[in-house]
Order: sequence, then C-alpha cells, then structure tokens
Amino acid sequence: MSLILRSVTLTYPDGDRRLTALDAVDLHVPAGTVTAVVGPSGSGKSSLLAVAATLVRPDSGEVLVGETPVHGMDRRALAALRRRSIGIVFQQPNLLPALTAAEQLRVMAHLDGRRGTADLLAEVGMAELAHRRPHQLSGGQRQRVNIARALVNRPRVLLVDEPTSALDHARGAAIVDLITSTTRAHGVATVLVTHDRAHLAGVDQVVDLVDGRVRSR
Amino acid sequence: MFVAWRELWFARGRFGLLVGVVLLITVLVGLLSGLTAGLAGRNTSAVVGLGGDHVVFSGVDGVFGGTGLDEGVARAWAGTAGVERAERLGVSLGRAEAGGRSAGVAVFAVPSGSALRGVEPGQVVVSAGAADELGVKDGQRVTIGDVESTARLSTSDEYFSHAPVVWTHLPADARFSVLILSTSDCDIAKADAAIGTSTESTSDAVDRIGSFAAENGSLVLMRGFLFAISALVVGAFFTVWTIQRSGDIAVLKALGASTGYLLRDALGQAAVLLLIGTALGTGLAATIGAALGDAVPFVLDLATLLVPAAVLVGLGLVGAALAIRRVTAVDPLTALGSAR
Repeated sequence: MSLILRSVTLTYPDGDRRLTALDAVDLHVPAGTVTAVVGPSGSGKSSLLAVAATLVRPDSGEVLVGETPVHGMDRRALAALRRRSIGIVFQQPNLLPALTAAEQLRVMAHLDGRRGTADLLAEVGMAELAHRRPHQLSGGQRQRVNIARALVNRPRVLLVDEPTSALDHARGAAIVDLITSTTRAHGVATVLVTHDRAHLAGVDQVVDLVDGRVRSR
Repeated sequence: MFVAWRELWFARGRFGLLVGVVLLITVLVGLLSGLTAGLAGRNTSAVVGLGGDHVVFSGVDGVFGGTGLDEGVARAWAGTAGVERAERLGVSLGRAEAGGRSAGVAVFAVPSGSALRGVEPGQVVVSAGAADELGVKDGQRVTIGDVESTARLSTSDEYFSHAPVVWTHLPADARFSVLILSTSDCDIAKADAAIGTSTESTSDAVDRIGSFAAENGSLVLMRGFLFAISALVVGAFFTVWTIQRSGDIAVLKALGASTGYLLRDALGQAAVLLLIGTALGTGLAATIGAALGDAVPFVLDLATLLVPAAVLVGLGLVGAALAIRRVTAVDPLTALGSAR
C-alpha cells in the first residue's frame, strides 16, 4: 500500500495568468517508509500535500492512494477516502477545543461509524493526559495527539505538514522520531513536508522541491 | 452529534445565553397566547356557543348589534331550501341593575320558543358572569334599561364583547340584529343575493364583533413578531457560531467528515438548544398562567402552550438551518493553513 503521484501538475489563478505550483511531479512513497519533501517557502510543498490529501484536484496527472486512483471521485467519495485511507498531521495541531485528547481520537472513529480507537494515545506517550483538552496541553503534547488522531482509522497514507515548526529542536526531533517509528509500526506510506533538514536522519527518502519541480533525491 | 454535545458543554456559557433568550421569548409567547385565547373567549364565547352554523347579517357591513333585520327576512330564510332553523337574535350592550349594583352587560334578545334559549316575557336569564357581577339571585328583580324583569340564573358563563350576557325576551314583531342559521346543503350565496343579506359561517362571523377583530389582530401580530424575532435571534447566533468554528469544520472536513454529517451535527445542536429553551419557557409560562388564576382572562391548555412552543422550535430550526448551511461553503483546504 503506497502513495503514488504520476506527473502531477497543479496551477492556481494569479491575476490574468496561472501560477504553476506543481510541475509534472512524480513521487512514489512505499508502505512503511517516510519520504521527506523539503524546500523553501513557496516551493510547492503544501500544494503537493493538498493534492495527496485529495483536498485539491490537480490540473493533470494521477494520484493513487494504495491502489485506488483518485481521479474521477466525487466529493463524497473523496471524503470517505480521506476518512479511511489518509491520515493528516496538520502543521498547527488543529485539535477541536471542545474535545479531550481521547475524544480527538474517538471523533475520528465516530466519523467512520466505529467506536474503538485502539491504544494510540499510549503509543504516542499521551495515555496519562487523555482527559485533557487542547488548552491544557503543551505544543509537543498537542502534536502527539495530532499524530495519534491521524492514525486512528488505520490509514494507508500519512501526510505530515511541518510538524516541528512550532517546537524547539529537542521536541521537534522527538516528534520526527515518533512519526518514523509509527510509520514502521503501522506500515503506512508517510510524506513528511518540512523546510527543516535538521531532523531527516531517520527518513527513507528525501525529495527536494524547488518552484514546483522535483530537483533531486 | 458527537462533537455537538461536547461543544454544548464546553461553550455552555454562550449556549446558556441563547437558551435564556429562547426561554424568555417562549414565556412571552406562551403568556400572549394564553391571554389572546382568554380575551377571545371574553369576546366571542356567547356567539360561538349559540349553536347553528351560519350567522345572517343585514349587509356586508352588518355587525352584531343594531336592528337591521325584520320578520320578513326571518321568514325568507326559514323558507330557503336547506335551512333547518333560522333563529332571530337581538344583540345590544347596556347596563343591568339589581339590588343596588350595576354592571355592563351584553343583552341577547330571543323570541318565545327560540331554540337558542328559552326566555319568557318578563323574564331575564342571567349568565354566571353577569350574576356574579350583579350579585343577583334566582327570582330577584333586574332592571335593564327601563325594563324590569325577574332573574333566572344560568350556569353557563357566556361573554360578548367583554361583557357578560343576559338573555331577554324579543317581542314577536320586533326588529333584530342577526339570524342564527342551522343549515344542511344550502346555497347560502344564492339566498343572500335573493334576500339582500350577508351571511358568514359562525367561525368567520366573530370577526364582525368590532372589539374582537381589533384586539385579536393586535395580539396575533405581536405574537407573530415574537416568532420572527426568535427565528432571527437563533439564526444570528448560529451564523456567528458557525463563522467562529469554521476552522474546526475545515479540519473535520479535511479528516473525512461528510458535509451531511456536519450539517446533522450542527442542526442537532440547534434542536437541543431550542427544545431546552422552549421546554423551560413553556413550563414557566404555564406556572405564571396558573398563578394568575381568574385575575385576567387566561386560557391554559395544550393549544395555547404546546402549539406556540412547536412553532418556536420549528421557526428556530429554520433560522438555524439558514445559518448552518454555511458549513457547506467551508473549504477543507484551509485546514492546511499554508496550502496556497
């Protein structure tokens, strides 16, 4: 179960012309591996993530989540695909303020019509704080809950957006280590978008993105 | 409603304010409904209780009161196909005196042998309300205008135009105000055209009681405004609430929540608030209504309590639904923050 992008091109309207965010990008992320996508601000990292997350339809090219081609799916089918097959770790944890850490995970299971959430909070070291709400957690703790939430529905693909941007070096390294270990443990195909090359020692593949093009690997 | 229930508890201060507003509006609507029904009873109960299904007036501008009809009209209607009974009724407002006390009364005059009420010459049938105000007993002398009659007490409590009713005798050749018809398959319009009268069903005829039309119209208008205000308040609250939580909605959409799931969640939240607010408000209105007792004309029944509550919930849900449909426009891409 992998994530595959084949010759994906994405443009945005920019006045009376179009701005190319992704230019014929090819990417293959095998299951159980982490691919880091690095590049400066504006290089197209977040656009790549948005396309992989099925939140934006590319102008051309193909996206496969597992063996499932995304092309042609309607909005409802895309939502179901995101629910069941794609886990997203947001840059800001984006936890719902009304829910406790445990409920952040339970809501994901509820969206999918299930009850159980396994023991993922324990897996990310948050079992003791399961009853706390986001405002009662530190930035690193919120990011751990964010990661656990992304894994609740046992996705095939894990998309991680700048997870260390709001953390100090030590906490950032711990979060990347956690992402790497959970990727191996759950056998997901993980895309880690970051502009910070300091924590990439444990990843399996590094992709440089410049002006929407894959420059090197 | 997984998220909705938890938001209700988490933001209980904000939601409590909305429940309070809905509660107060429900109390106002409940009291106004009870008062409207009570005042309507004081205006129309005697007419509604007459029996018959139609009321014949002297013309399109005819009202209860006056002496616009005569024996010829009564005979013409009595002879019309489909008319089973045509009862003459004189209606006027006046003052009655008995034992040194006086009260404003509605005087309903009927001829001997009328099916509406049995009243003989020299006799006056006094309704419970009039007897209470006059302090009159059975057999006591009562003076209406300059005519003195013997009182016969009735257990019925009839009112017309806010005055308790007394029934007097209508001489055989006297002109009168209206005819009360009992019909079966009668062409009313054709008969009206032929006889030169204007006939209404009993339920529509009450609008020709001048005080009722003006009073009831004002109260119904006030209640209508309260319904509209309630829907607007609920709609405004959920507009602001939906805008405030659009970030959370974007996250849920990005995580795979369907728009239908989010709409059901939000609408369920609105329904819970409306039901709590209207239930508490209805309970408070019923308590106040019961405490008022006979101090004001107030009707405390299911129609005056539950129907307005149901309308408030229904209109509130419409207001909330219009606000909540913004959920459909939230772009999940915004959850990624820096996607563009």
